[in-house]
Amino acid sequence: MARPGRRLLLADAVSTCPPGRHGEARAEVLALDGVDVWLSGRKVLSEVSFAIRAGEFTGVIGSNGAGKTTMFRVVLGLEAASSGQVLLDGESASHRSRRSIGYVPQKVVLEPDLPLRARDLVGLGLDAHKLGVPWPSRARRDAVDEMLAGVGATSLADARVGTLSGGELQRVLIAHALMSGPRLLILDEPLANLDIRSGQEIVELLAGLAHGHNVAVLMAAHDINPLLEVMDRVVYLAGGRAASGTVGEVVRPDVLSRLYGHPVSVLDVEGRILVIAGSNIQAVGTLEDDLGEHRH
Amino acid sequence: MFSSFMVNTWLAATTVAAIAGVVGFFVVLRGASFVAHAVPKSAFAGAAGASLLGISTLGGLGAFSLLGALTIGWLGRRGRHDVATALSIVVMLGLGALFLSWSAEYASEIYALLFGQVLGVSGSEVLVTVVLGAVSLLAVATLYRPLLLSSATPELAATRGLRSSRVELAFLLLVALVTTTAVPVVGALLMFSLMIGPAGAAQALSRRPATAICLSTAIALCTVWLSIAASYLSNWPIGFFVGTLAGLAYVAARLAAAALRRRAVSVERLGAAGR
Ligand SMILES: Nc1ncnc2c1ncn2[C@@H]1O[C@H](COP(=O)(O)OP(=O)(O)OP(=O)(O)O)[C@@H](O)[C@H]1O
Ligand SMILES: [Mg+2]
Repeated sequence: MARPGRRLLLADAVSTCPPGRHGEARAEVLALDGVDVWLSGRKVLSEVSFAIRAGEFTGVIGSNGAGKTTMFRVVLGLEAASSGQVLLDGESASHRSRRSIGYVPQKVVLEPDLPLRARDLVGLGLDAHKLGVPWPSRARRDAVDEMLAGVGATSLADARVGTLSGGELQRVLIAHALMSGPRLLILDEPLANLDIRSGQEIVELLAGLAHGHNVAVLMAAHDINPLLEVMDRVVYLAGGRAASGTVGEVVRPDVLSRLYGHPVSVLDVEGRILVIAGSNIQAVGTLEDDLGEHRH
Repeated sequence: MFSSFMVNTWLAATTVAAIAGVVGFFVVLRGASFVAHAVPKSAFAGAAGASLLGISTLGGLGAFSLLGALTIGWLGRRGRHDVATALSIVVMLGLGALFLSWSAEYASEIYALLFGQVLGVSGSEVLVTVVLGAVSLLAVATLYRPLLLSSATPELAATRGLRSSRVELAFLLLVALVTTTAVPVVGALLMFSLMIGPAGAAQALSRRPATAICLSTAIALCTVWLSIAASYLSNWPIGFFVGTLAGLAYVAARLAAAALRRRAVSVERLGAAGR
Protein backbone atom coordinates (compact mmCIF):
# COMPACT_ATOMS: atom_id res chain seq x y z
CA MET A 1 0.00 0.00 0.00
CA ALA A 2 1.20 3.50 -0.73
CA ARG A 3 2.60 5.29 2.25
CA PRO A 4 -0.36 7.42 3.28
CA GLY A 5 -0.19 11.15 3.33
CA ARG A 6 2.92 11.62 1.22
CA ARG A 7 1.55 12.34 -2.20
CA LEU A 8 -1.36 14.58 -1.43
CA LEU A 9 -1.34 17.60 -3.61
CA LEU A 10 -2.58 20.41 -1.49
CA ALA A 11 -0.58 22.92 -3.42
CA ASP A 12 -2.16 26.12 -2.08
CA ALA A 13 -1.85 25.22 1.53
CA VAL A 14 1.70 23.95 1.13
CA SER A 15 3.05 26.91 -0.76
CA THR A 16 1.70 29.62 1.54
CA CYS A 17 3.31 28.27 4.66
CA PRO A 18 6.34 26.03 5.11
CA PRO A 19 5.71 22.64 6.68
CA GLY A 20 6.87 21.81 10.16
CA ARG A 21 5.14 21.99 13.48
CA HIS A 22 7.16 24.47 15.50
CA GLY A 23 7.36 27.41 13.14
CA GLU A 24 6.45 31.03 13.87
CA ALA A 25 2.96 31.80 15.15
CA ARG A 26 0.50 30.65 12.50
CA ALA A 27 -2.78 32.16 11.50
CA GLU A 28 -5.85 30.92 13.35
CA VAL A 29 -7.85 28.89 10.87
CA LEU A 30 -10.79 28.31 13.18
CA ALA A 31 -11.83 30.00 16.39
CA LEU A 32 -14.91 29.52 18.56
CA ASP A 33 -15.71 32.32 20.91
CA GLY A 34 -18.18 31.73 23.73
CA VAL A 35 -20.44 29.44 21.71
CA ASP A 36 -23.71 28.35 23.35
CA VAL A 37 -25.99 25.83 21.67
CA TRP A 38 -29.51 24.92 22.65
CA LEU A 39 -31.22 21.89 21.11
CA SER A 40 -34.89 21.15 21.86
CA GLY A 41 -34.79 23.31 24.98
CA ARG A 42 -31.60 21.73 26.30
CA LYS A 43 -28.28 23.48 26.56
CA VAL A 44 -25.89 21.14 24.77
CA LEU A 45 -22.83 23.39 24.58
CA SER A 46 -22.03 26.27 26.83
CA GLU A 47 -19.32 28.91 26.52
CA VAL A 48 -17.16 26.85 24.19
CA SER A 49 -14.06 28.80 23.16
CA PHE A 50 -10.87 27.65 21.50
CA ALA A 51 -8.74 28.31 18.44
CA ILE A 52 -6.78 26.07 16.11
CA ARG A 53 -4.05 26.99 13.66
CA ALA A 54 -2.81 25.81 10.31
CA GLY A 55 -0.56 22.78 10.55
CA GLU A 56 -1.95 21.69 13.90
CA PHE A 57 -3.52 18.39 14.76
CA THR A 58 -6.25 18.91 17.34
CA GLY A 59 -8.12 16.12 19.08
CA VAL A 60 -11.66 16.72 20.31
CA ILE A 61 -12.08 14.31 23.20
CA GLY A 62 -15.35 13.59 24.95
CA SER A 63 -17.60 10.68 25.86
CA ASN A 64 -20.92 9.84 24.20
CA GLY A 65 -23.24 12.80 24.22
CA ALA A 66 -20.52 15.26 25.22
CA GLY A 67 -21.39 17.45 22.23
CA LYS A 68 -18.61 16.70 19.71
CA THR A 69 -20.90 16.23 16.74
CA THR A 70 -23.01 19.21 17.75
CA MET A 71 -19.92 21.40 17.92
CA PHE A 72 -18.88 20.33 14.42
CA ARG A 73 -22.36 20.96 13.08
CA VAL A 74 -22.21 24.48 14.45
CA VAL A 75 -18.84 25.06 12.78
CA LEU A 76 -20.32 23.78 9.51
CA GLY A 77 -23.38 25.96 9.85
CA LEU A 78 -25.76 22.99 10.03
CA GLU A 79 -26.83 24.05 13.51
CA ALA A 80 -27.04 27.60 14.82
CA ALA A 81 -25.30 28.87 17.94
CA SER A 82 -27.64 30.81 20.23
CA SER A 83 -24.77 33.05 21.24
CA GLY A 84 -21.08 33.34 20.54
CA GLN A 85 -19.20 33.34 17.27
CA VAL A 86 -17.52 30.96 14.86
CA LEU A 87 -14.57 32.57 13.08
CA LEU A 88 -12.91 31.14 10.00
CA ASP A 89 -9.59 32.82 9.19
CA GLY A 90 -10.49 35.53 11.65
CA GLU A 91 -13.79 36.39 10.01
CA SER A 92 -17.29 35.41 10.98
CA ALA A 93 -18.06 32.13 9.19
CA SER A 94 -20.25 32.48 6.11
CA HIS A 95 -21.83 30.09 3.67
CA ARG A 96 -19.01 30.81 1.25
CA SER A 97 -16.10 30.59 3.69
CA ARG A 98 -17.41 27.26 4.98
CA ARG A 99 -16.70 25.75 1.55
CA SER A 100 -13.04 25.67 2.64
CA ILE A 101 -13.85 23.08 5.30
CA GLY A 102 -13.45 19.38 4.58
CA TYR A 103 -15.74 17.21 6.68
CA VAL A 104 -15.96 13.49 7.32
CA PRO A 105 -19.24 12.85 9.19
CA GLN A 106 -19.65 10.29 11.95
CA LYS A 107 -22.15 8.22 10.04
CA VAL A 108 -22.72 8.01 6.35
CA VAL A 109 -25.45 5.65 5.22
CA LEU A 110 -24.79 4.13 1.81
CA GLU A 111 -26.99 1.58 0.07
CA PRO A 112 -24.94 -1.39 -1.19
CA ASP A 113 -26.33 -1.10 -4.72
CA LEU A 114 -25.82 2.63 -5.06
CA PRO A 115 -24.52 3.20 -8.60
CA LEU A 116 -21.54 5.24 -7.46
CA ARG A 117 -17.91 4.17 -7.44
CA ALA A 118 -15.32 5.37 -4.96
CA ARG A 119 -13.78 7.49 -7.71
CA ASP A 120 -17.13 9.13 -8.46
CA LEU A 121 -17.60 10.06 -4.83
CA VAL A 122 -14.08 11.47 -4.60
CA GLY A 123 -14.65 13.45 -7.80
CA LEU A 124 -17.82 14.94 -6.35
CA GLY A 125 -15.71 16.28 -3.51
CA LEU A 126 -14.12 18.56 -6.08
CA ASP A 127 -17.14 20.05 -7.78
CA ALA A 128 -20.46 18.75 -6.43
CA HIS A 129 -21.74 22.30 -6.00
CA LYS A 130 -21.22 23.17 -9.66
CA LEU A 131 -24.02 23.13 -12.17
CA GLY A 132 -23.95 21.25 -15.43
CA VAL A 133 -22.69 17.80 -16.39
CA PRO A 134 -19.01 17.14 -15.61
CA TRP A 135 -17.21 16.29 -18.82
CA PRO A 136 -14.63 13.61 -18.15
CA SER A 137 -11.25 15.26 -18.39
CA ARG A 138 -7.75 13.97 -17.99
CA ALA A 139 -7.00 16.55 -15.28
CA ARG A 140 -10.04 15.58 -13.22
CA ARG A 141 -9.23 11.89 -13.54
CA ASP A 142 -5.61 12.41 -12.55
CA ALA A 143 -6.58 14.53 -9.56
CA VAL A 144 -8.94 11.77 -8.36
CA ASP A 145 -6.34 9.03 -8.92
CA GLU A 146 -3.72 11.06 -7.10
CA MET A 147 -5.99 11.64 -4.13
CA LEU A 148 -7.01 7.97 -3.93
CA ALA A 149 -3.33 7.01 -3.99
CA GLY A 150 -2.61 9.58 -1.28
CA VAL A 151 -5.03 7.92 1.12
CA GLY A 152 -3.95 4.42 0.09
CA ALA A 153 -7.22 3.59 -1.64
CA THR A 154 -6.11 3.05 -5.23
CA SER A 155 -7.36 -0.52 -5.28
CA LEU A 156 -10.84 0.63 -4.17
CA ALA A 157 -11.31 3.16 -6.97
CA ASP A 158 -13.81 1.13 -8.97
CA ALA A 159 -15.76 -0.49 -6.12
CA ARG A 160 -19.31 0.58 -5.37
CA VAL A 161 -19.11 2.89 -2.35
CA GLY A 162 -21.90 1.02 -0.57
CA THR A 163 -19.87 -2.20 -0.53
CA LEU A 164 -16.73 -0.79 1.11
CA SER A 165 -15.77 -1.87 4.62
CA GLY A 166 -15.75 0.70 7.43
CA GLY A 167 -12.03 1.37 7.16
CA GLU A 168 -12.06 1.45 3.36
CA LEU A 169 -14.97 3.88 3.33
CA GLN A 170 -13.17 6.05 5.87
CA ARG A 171 -10.25 6.48 3.49
CA VAL A 172 -12.53 7.27 0.56
CA LEU A 173 -14.45 9.82 2.63
CA ILE A 174 -11.19 11.48 3.64
CA ALA A 175 -10.20 11.65 -0.02
CA HIS A 176 -13.62 13.16 -0.83
CA ALA A 177 -13.15 15.78 1.89
CA LEU A 178 -9.64 16.63 0.72
CA MET A 179 -10.51 17.11 -2.95
CA SER A 180 -11.42 20.75 -2.56
CA GLY A 181 -8.06 21.48 -0.92
CA PRO A 182 -9.50 22.43 2.47
CA ARG A 183 -7.43 24.37 4.99
CA LEU A 184 -9.49 22.86 7.78
CA LEU A 185 -10.33 19.16 7.90
CA ILE A 186 -12.91 18.02 10.46
CA LEU A 187 -13.37 14.32 11.18
CA ASP A 188 -16.08 13.01 13.47
CA GLU A 189 -14.84 9.84 15.16
CA PRO A 190 -13.09 8.35 12.17
CA LEU A 191 -11.57 5.64 14.38
CA ALA A 192 -14.88 4.37 15.75
CA ASN A 193 -15.19 1.36 13.44
CA LEU A 194 -11.56 0.64 12.80
CA ASP A 195 -9.25 -2.03 14.11
CA ILE A 196 -6.08 -0.85 15.82
CA ARG A 197 -3.88 -1.09 12.74
CA SER A 198 -6.27 0.72 10.38
CA GLY A 199 -6.81 3.29 13.10
CA GLN A 200 -3.09 3.92 13.36
CA GLU A 201 -2.79 4.23 9.60
CA ILE A 202 -5.56 6.82 9.50
CA VAL A 203 -4.02 8.77 12.38
CA GLU A 204 -0.62 8.77 10.61
CA LEU A 205 -2.26 9.88 7.40
CA LEU A 206 -3.98 12.78 9.17
CA ALA A 207 -0.85 13.73 11.08
CA GLY A 208 1.00 13.83 7.75
CA LEU A 209 -1.66 16.17 6.39
CA ALA A 210 -1.40 18.48 9.36
CA HIS A 211 2.34 18.53 9.87
CA GLY A 212 3.46 17.98 6.29
CA HIS A 213 0.79 19.87 4.36
CA ASN A 214 -0.23 22.59 6.75
CA VAL A 215 -3.86 21.55 7.02
CA ALA A 216 -5.59 22.24 10.34
CA VAL A 217 -6.95 18.84 11.40
CA LEU A 218 -9.74 18.65 13.96
CA MET A 219 -10.67 15.13 14.93
CA ALA A 220 -13.16 13.77 17.43
CA ALA A 221 -12.47 10.65 19.47
CA HIS A 222 -13.71 8.96 22.63
CA ASP A 223 -10.27 7.87 23.63
CA ILE A 224 -7.31 10.19 23.81
CA ASN A 225 -4.65 7.48 23.70
CA PRO A 226 -4.42 6.68 19.98
CA LEU A 227 -3.83 10.40 19.34
CA LEU A 228 -1.24 11.15 22.01
CA GLU A 229 1.72 10.84 19.68
CA VAL A 230 0.48 13.21 17.03
CA MET A 231 -1.77 15.67 18.83
CA ASP A 232 -0.62 19.28 19.09
CA ARG A 233 -3.67 20.39 21.01
CA VAL A 234 -6.68 18.91 22.67
CA VAL A 235 -10.20 20.24 23.10
CA TYR A 236 -11.72 18.32 25.98
CA LEU A 237 -15.54 18.30 26.10
CA ALA A 238 -17.56 17.28 29.13
CA GLY A 239 -20.99 18.34 30.28
CA GLY A 240 -21.26 20.74 27.35
CA ARG A 241 -18.19 22.71 28.36
CA ALA A 242 -14.75 22.69 26.81
CA ALA A 243 -11.17 23.02 27.98
CA SER A 244 -8.43 23.42 25.41
CA GLY A 245 -4.67 23.61 25.23
CA THR A 246 -1.82 21.16 24.94
CA VAL A 247 -2.38 17.73 26.44
CA GLY A 248 -0.18 18.68 29.39
CA GLU A 249 -2.24 21.79 30.05
CA VAL A 250 -5.64 20.14 29.83
CA VAL A 251 -5.44 16.52 30.88
CA ARG A 252 -4.81 17.27 34.54
CA PRO A 253 -6.92 16.41 37.56
CA ASP A 254 -7.58 20.04 38.48
CA VAL A 255 -8.62 21.16 34.98
CA LEU A 256 -10.74 18.10 34.28
CA SER A 257 -12.35 18.13 37.73
CA ARG A 258 -13.47 21.69 37.07
CA LEU A 259 -14.75 20.69 33.63
CA TYR A 260 -16.68 17.65 34.84
CA GLY A 261 -17.88 19.46 37.93
CA HIS A 262 -16.78 16.60 40.16
CA PRO A 263 -13.39 15.22 41.16
CA VAL A 264 -11.61 13.08 38.60
CA SER A 265 -8.23 11.44 38.55
CA VAL A 266 -5.84 11.18 35.66
CA LEU A 267 -3.81 8.00 35.66
CA ASP A 268 -0.87 7.05 33.52
CA VAL A 269 -0.86 3.29 33.07
CA GLU A 270 2.14 2.23 31.02
CA GLY A 271 1.94 5.24 28.75
CA ARG A 272 -1.83 5.16 28.42
CA ILE A 273 -3.89 7.92 29.97
CA LEU A 274 -6.95 6.97 31.98
CA VAL A 275 -9.41 9.55 33.24
CA ILE A 276 -11.65 8.21 35.99
CA ALA A 277 -14.12 9.61 38.48
CA GLY A 278 -13.06 10.10 42.09
CA SER A 279 -9.96 11.63 43.66
CA ASN A 280 -9.05 9.01 46.26
CA ILE A 281 -6.79 7.27 43.80
CA GLN A 282 -3.07 7.82 43.71
CA ALA A 283 -2.92 10.24 40.78
CA VAL A 284 0.14 11.12 38.79
CA GLY A 285 -0.40 14.87 38.81
CA THR A 286 0.50 16.50 35.57
CA LEU A 287 1.35 14.43 32.57
CA GLU A 288 3.79 16.87 31.11
CA ASP A 289 6.88 14.82 31.87
CA ASP A 290 5.45 11.51 30.74
CA LEU A 291 4.23 13.04 27.53
CA GLY A 292 7.64 14.46 26.83
CA GLU A 293 8.71 10.96 25.93
CA HIS A 294 5.94 10.54 23.38
CA ARG A 295 6.73 13.72 21.55
CA HIS A 296 9.81 14.63 19.65
CA MET B 1 -45.56 2.55 -43.16
CA PHE B 2 -46.71 4.48 -40.09
CA SER B 3 -49.55 6.88 -40.41
CA SER B 4 -49.01 10.38 -38.95
CA PHE B 5 -51.22 9.22 -36.12
CA MET B 6 -48.71 6.52 -35.27
CA VAL B 7 -45.81 8.92 -35.69
CA ASN B 8 -47.38 11.24 -33.10
CA THR B 9 -47.84 8.35 -30.74
CA TRP B 10 -44.31 7.26 -31.25
CA LEU B 11 -42.84 10.72 -30.69
CA ALA B 12 -44.84 11.43 -27.55
CA ALA B 13 -44.17 8.03 -26.01
CA THR B 14 -40.46 8.23 -26.83
CA THR B 15 -40.15 11.62 -25.14
CA VAL B 16 -41.96 10.39 -22.08
CA ALA B 17 -39.85 7.25 -21.86
CA ALA B 18 -36.63 9.23 -22.15
CA ILE B 19 -37.45 11.62 -19.32
CA ALA B 20 -38.90 8.86 -17.16
CA GLY B 21 -35.65 6.92 -17.57
CA VAL B 22 -33.46 9.89 -16.68
CA VAL B 23 -35.49 11.33 -13.82
CA GLY B 24 -36.32 7.83 -12.57
CA PHE B 25 -32.61 7.32 -11.98
CA PHE B 26 -32.66 10.05 -9.35
CA VAL B 27 -36.01 8.89 -7.96
CA VAL B 28 -34.57 5.42 -7.27
CA LEU B 29 -31.26 6.86 -6.06
CA ARG B 30 -33.06 8.99 -3.47
CA GLY B 31 -35.33 6.14 -2.44
CA ALA B 32 -38.22 8.39 -3.46
CA SER B 33 -40.35 5.87 -5.36
CA PHE B 34 -43.24 6.73 -3.12
CA VAL B 35 -43.02 10.39 -4.14
CA ALA B 36 -43.04 9.38 -7.79
CA HIS B 37 -46.26 7.54 -6.99
CA ALA B 38 -47.87 10.46 -5.16
CA VAL B 39 -47.27 13.29 -7.60
CA PRO B 40 -49.01 11.58 -10.55
CA LYS B 41 -52.00 10.95 -8.25
CA SER B 42 -52.17 14.70 -7.65
CA ALA B 43 -51.97 15.20 -11.39
CA PHE B 44 -54.93 12.87 -11.80
CA ALA B 45 -57.00 14.85 -9.30
CA GLY B 46 -55.99 18.08 -11.03
CA ALA B 47 -56.97 16.82 -14.45
CA ALA B 48 -60.30 15.57 -13.14
CA GLY B 49 -60.92 18.96 -11.50
CA ALA B 50 -60.00 20.83 -14.66
CA SER B 51 -62.35 18.82 -16.84
CA LEU B 52 -65.10 19.43 -14.28
CA LEU B 53 -64.56 23.20 -14.58
CA GLY B 54 -64.14 22.94 -18.32
CA ILE B 55 -60.63 24.43 -18.32
CA SER B 56 -57.41 23.09 -19.82
CA THR B 57 -56.67 19.59 -18.55
CA LEU B 58 -52.94 20.16 -18.87
CA GLY B 59 -53.21 23.30 -16.73
CA GLY B 60 -55.09 21.54 -13.96
CA LEU B 61 -52.73 18.63 -14.12
CA GLY B 62 -49.64 20.85 -13.93
CA ALA B 63 -51.02 22.97 -11.11
CA PHE B 64 -51.93 19.94 -9.01
CA SER B 65 -48.61 18.19 -9.67
CA LEU B 66 -46.86 21.29 -8.42
CA LEU B 67 -49.18 21.59 -5.46
CA GLY B 68 -48.71 17.90 -4.57
CA ALA B 69 -44.91 18.15 -4.82
CA LEU B 70 -44.75 21.30 -2.70
CA THR B 71 -47.07 19.81 -0.07
CA ILE B 72 -44.91 16.70 0.22
CA GLY B 73 -41.80 18.85 0.53
CA TRP B 74 -43.38 21.11 3.12
CA LEU B 75 -44.92 18.36 5.27
CA GLY B 76 -41.90 16.08 4.83
CA ARG B 77 -39.63 18.65 6.43
CA ARG B 78 -41.86 18.74 9.50
CA GLY B 79 -42.43 15.06 10.06
CA ARG B 80 -41.85 11.67 8.54
CA HIS B 81 -41.43 11.95 4.81
CA ASP B 82 -43.17 8.68 3.98
CA VAL B 83 -46.21 9.55 6.09
CA ALA B 84 -46.53 12.96 4.39
CA THR B 85 -46.25 11.28 1.00
CA ALA B 86 -48.76 8.55 1.79
CA LEU B 87 -51.30 11.06 3.07
CA SER B 88 -50.88 13.16 -0.08
CA ILE B 89 -51.64 10.11 -2.21
CA VAL B 90 -54.80 9.34 -0.27
CA VAL B 91 -56.08 12.91 -0.21
CA MET B 92 -55.42 13.38 -3.90
CA LEU B 93 -57.07 10.11 -4.91
CA GLY B 94 -60.05 11.07 -2.77
CA LEU B 95 -60.28 14.48 -4.43
CA GLY B 96 -59.96 12.87 -7.84
CA ALA B 97 -62.81 10.50 -7.04
CA LEU B 98 -64.99 13.39 -5.87
CA PHE B 99 -64.30 15.49 -8.98
CA LEU B 100 -65.08 12.53 -11.19
CA SER B 101 -68.39 11.83 -9.45
CA TRP B 102 -69.43 15.43 -10.11
CA SER B 103 -68.41 15.56 -13.73
CA ALA B 104 -70.17 14.02 -16.68
CA GLU B 105 -67.04 12.79 -18.45
CA TYR B 106 -67.07 9.64 -20.46
CA ALA B 107 -65.55 6.69 -18.68
CA SER B 108 -63.03 6.31 -21.48
CA GLU B 109 -61.49 9.70 -20.77
CA ILE B 110 -61.08 8.90 -17.09
CA TYR B 111 -59.59 5.61 -18.05
CA ALA B 112 -57.14 7.49 -20.28
CA LEU B 113 -56.10 9.74 -17.41
CA LEU B 114 -55.23 6.75 -15.28
CA PHE B 115 -53.85 4.42 -17.90
CA GLY B 116 -52.84 6.78 -20.71
CA GLN B 117 -53.93 7.19 -24.28
CA VAL B 118 -50.75 6.46 -26.10
CA LEU B 119 -52.58 5.48 -29.25
CA GLY B 120 -54.47 8.72 -29.74
CA VAL B 121 -52.14 11.69 -29.42
CA SER B 122 -52.72 14.82 -31.50
CA GLY B 123 -50.04 16.94 -33.14
CA SER B 124 -50.35 19.85 -30.71
CA GLU B 125 -50.16 17.50 -27.75
CA VAL B 126 -46.96 16.06 -29.13
CA LEU B 127 -45.43 19.51 -29.39
CA VAL B 128 -46.26 20.28 -25.75
CA THR B 129 -44.85 16.92 -24.65
CA VAL B 130 -41.60 17.41 -26.54
CA VAL B 131 -41.09 20.96 -25.24
CA LEU B 132 -41.79 20.01 -21.62
CA GLY B 133 -39.58 16.94 -22.01
CA ALA B 134 -36.70 19.06 -23.29
CA VAL B 135 -37.09 21.44 -20.34
CA SER B 136 -36.99 18.49 -17.92
CA LEU B 137 -33.81 17.11 -19.46
CA LEU B 138 -32.17 20.52 -19.37
CA ALA B 139 -33.05 20.85 -15.69
CA VAL B 140 -31.51 17.45 -14.90
CA ALA B 141 -28.34 18.30 -16.81
CA THR B 142 -28.03 21.58 -14.90
CA LEU B 143 -28.56 20.05 -11.47
CA TYR B 144 -26.72 16.81 -12.20
CA ARG B 145 -23.91 17.04 -9.64
CA PRO B 146 -25.82 18.53 -6.69
CA LEU B 147 -28.62 16.01 -7.26
CA LEU B 148 -26.21 13.09 -7.54
CA LEU B 149 -24.30 13.84 -4.32
CA SER B 150 -27.29 14.83 -2.22
CA SER B 151 -29.30 11.81 -3.40
CA ALA B 152 -26.47 9.38 -2.67
CA THR B 153 -25.33 10.88 0.64
CA PRO B 154 -27.23 13.87 2.03
CA GLU B 155 -24.70 14.10 4.90
CA LEU B 156 -21.85 14.85 2.50
CA ALA B 157 -23.84 17.22 0.33
CA ALA B 158 -24.49 19.48 3.30
CA THR B 159 -20.78 19.91 3.80
CA ARG B 160 -20.20 20.84 0.17
CA GLY B 161 -22.43 23.85 0.64
CA LEU B 162 -25.52 22.15 -0.81
CA ARG B 163 -28.54 22.72 1.36
CA SER B 164 -30.52 19.50 1.27
CA SER B 165 -33.86 21.30 1.64
CA ARG B 166 -33.14 23.23 -1.56
CA VAL B 167 -32.00 20.21 -3.51
CA GLU B 168 -35.10 18.36 -2.28
CA LEU B 169 -37.31 21.20 -3.49
CA ALA B 170 -35.59 21.22 -6.89
CA PHE B 171 -36.08 17.47 -7.12
CA LEU B 172 -39.78 17.68 -6.24
CA LEU B 173 -40.31 20.41 -8.84
CA LEU B 174 -38.58 18.21 -11.37
CA VAL B 175 -40.89 15.30 -10.57
CA ALA B 176 -43.87 17.64 -10.95
CA LEU B 177 -42.61 18.80 -14.34
CA VAL B 178 -42.02 15.27 -15.59
CA THR B 179 -45.43 14.20 -14.31
CA THR B 180 -47.11 17.06 -16.17
CA THR B 181 -45.32 15.97 -19.31
CA ALA B 182 -46.01 12.30 -19.02
CA VAL B 183 -49.43 11.79 -17.43
CA PRO B 184 -51.47 12.97 -20.46
CA VAL B 185 -49.65 10.38 -22.56
CA VAL B 186 -49.06 7.36 -20.33
CA GLY B 187 -51.47 8.06 -17.49
CA ALA B 188 -51.11 8.53 -13.76
CA LEU B 189 -50.58 4.86 -12.95
CA LEU B 190 -48.11 3.90 -15.68
CA MET B 191 -45.93 6.92 -15.25
CA PHE B 192 -44.79 5.44 -11.98
CA SER B 193 -43.80 2.01 -13.33
CA LEU B 194 -41.86 3.65 -16.13
CA MET B 195 -39.85 5.74 -13.67
CA ILE B 196 -39.03 2.93 -11.24
CA GLY B 197 -38.57 -0.29 -13.24
CA PRO B 198 -35.94 0.79 -15.78
CA ALA B 199 -33.99 2.90 -13.26
CA GLY B 200 -33.93 0.06 -10.72
CA ALA B 201 -32.74 -2.36 -13.40
CA ALA B 202 -30.00 0.02 -14.56
CA GLN B 203 -28.66 0.55 -11.05
CA ALA B 204 -28.34 -3.19 -10.56
CA LEU B 205 -26.41 -3.50 -13.82
CA SER B 206 -23.98 -0.59 -13.68
CA ARG B 207 -21.95 1.01 -10.94
CA ARG B 208 -21.23 4.16 -12.95
CA PRO B 209 -23.80 6.91 -12.56
CA ALA B 210 -23.56 8.13 -16.17
CA THR B 211 -23.78 4.61 -17.59
CA ALA B 212 -26.68 3.78 -15.29
CA ILE B 213 -28.61 6.83 -16.52
CA CYS B 214 -28.05 5.85 -20.16
CA LEU B 215 -29.06 2.25 -19.44
CA SER B 216 -32.14 3.39 -17.55
CA THR B 217 -33.19 5.54 -20.50
CA ALA B 218 -32.50 2.74 -22.98
CA ILE B 219 -34.58 0.25 -20.98
CA ALA B 220 -37.44 2.75 -20.64
CA LEU B 221 -37.36 3.38 -24.40
CA CYS B 222 -37.39 -0.34 -25.25
CA THR B 223 -40.23 -0.91 -22.79
CA VAL B 224 -42.35 1.79 -24.41
CA TRP B 225 -41.57 0.87 -28.02
CA LEU B 226 -42.27 -2.80 -27.43
CA SER B 227 -45.46 -1.91 -25.58
CA ILE B 228 -46.78 0.28 -28.39
CA ALA B 229 -46.10 -2.40 -30.96
CA ALA B 230 -47.59 -5.15 -28.82
CA SER B 231 -50.63 -3.10 -27.95
CA TYR B 232 -51.18 -2.18 -31.62
CA LEU B 233 -50.97 -5.79 -32.71
CA SER B 234 -52.91 -7.42 -29.90
CA ASN B 235 -55.38 -4.63 -29.14
CA TRP B 236 -54.71 -5.16 -25.45
CA PRO B 237 -54.28 -2.05 -23.27
CA ILE B 238 -50.82 -0.55 -23.49
CA GLY B 239 -50.75 -0.24 -19.71
CA PHE B 240 -50.58 -3.98 -19.35
CA PHE B 241 -47.46 -4.14 -21.49
CA VAL B 242 -45.69 -1.14 -19.95
CA GLY B 243 -46.24 -2.32 -16.39
CA THR B 244 -45.30 -5.92 -17.08
CA LEU B 245 -42.22 -5.12 -19.15
CA ALA B 246 -40.92 -2.60 -16.61
CA GLY B 247 -41.27 -5.21 -13.88
CA LEU B 248 -39.67 -7.90 -16.02
CA ALA B 249 -36.74 -5.62 -16.88
CA TYR B 250 -36.06 -5.13 -13.19
CA VAL B 251 -36.20 -8.85 -12.35
CA ALA B 252 -34.03 -9.75 -15.34
CA ALA B 253 -31.44 -7.13 -14.41
CA ARG B 254 -31.24 -8.36 -10.82
CA LEU B 255 -30.79 -11.95 -12.00
CA ALA B 256 -28.15 -10.90 -14.52
CA ALA B 257 -26.26 -8.88 -11.90
CA ALA B 258 -26.31 -11.84 -9.49
CA ALA B 259 -25.09 -14.19 -12.24
CA LEU B 260 -22.26 -11.80 -13.15
CA ARG B 261 -21.20 -11.60 -9.52
CA ARG B 262 -21.19 -15.39 -9.21
CA ARG B 263 -19.09 -15.67 -12.35
CA ALA B 264 -16.63 -13.09 -11.05
CA VAL B 265 -16.29 -15.07 -7.82
CA SER B 266 -15.75 -18.40 -9.58
CA VAL B 267 -13.20 -16.86 -11.95
CA GLU B 268 -11.35 -15.53 -8.93
CA ARG B 269 -11.44 -18.97 -7.30
CA LEU B 270 -10.16 -20.60 -10.49
CA GLY B 271 -7.37 -18.05 -10.57
CA ALA B 272 -6.51 -18.78 -6.96
CA ALA B 273 -6.55 -22.55 -7.59
CA GLY B 274 -4.35 -22.18 -10.67
CA ARG B 275 -1.65 -20.36 -8.76
N1 LIG C 1 -31.55 17.53 17.62
C1 LIG C 1 -31.33 17.37 18.94
N2 LIG C 1 -32.29 17.67 19.84
C2 LIG C 1 -32.08 17.52 21.15
N3 LIG C 1 -30.94 17.09 21.69
C3 LIG C 1 -29.94 16.76 20.86
C4 LIG C 1 -30.08 16.88 19.44
N4 LIG C 1 -28.93 16.48 18.87
C5 LIG C 1 -28.12 16.13 19.89
N5 LIG C 1 -28.72 16.30 21.08
C6 LIG C 1 -28.14 16.05 22.39
O1 LIG C 1 -26.96 16.78 22.49
C7 LIG C 1 -25.98 16.06 23.20
C8 LIG C 1 -24.69 16.04 22.40
O2 LIG C 1 -24.89 15.24 21.26
P1 LIG C 1 -23.72 14.99 20.23
O3 LIG C 1 -24.27 14.17 19.13
O4 LIG C 1 -23.11 16.27 19.88
O5 LIG C 1 -22.71 14.12 21.11
P2 LIG C 1 -21.34 13.44 20.67
O6 LIG C 1 -20.29 13.99 21.55
O7 LIG C 1 -21.13 13.58 19.22
O8 LIG C 1 -21.62 11.94 21.08
P3 LIG C 1 -21.14 10.56 20.39
O9 LIG C 1 -19.78 10.30 20.89
O10 LIG C 1 -22.11 9.56 20.91
O11 LIG C 1 -21.22 10.75 18.91
C9 LIG C 1 -26.57 14.69 23.46
O12 LIG C 1 -26.95 14.63 24.80
C10 LIG C 1 -27.76 14.61 22.56
O13 LIG C 1 -28.78 13.87 23.15
MG1 LIG D 1 -21.02 12.28 17.69
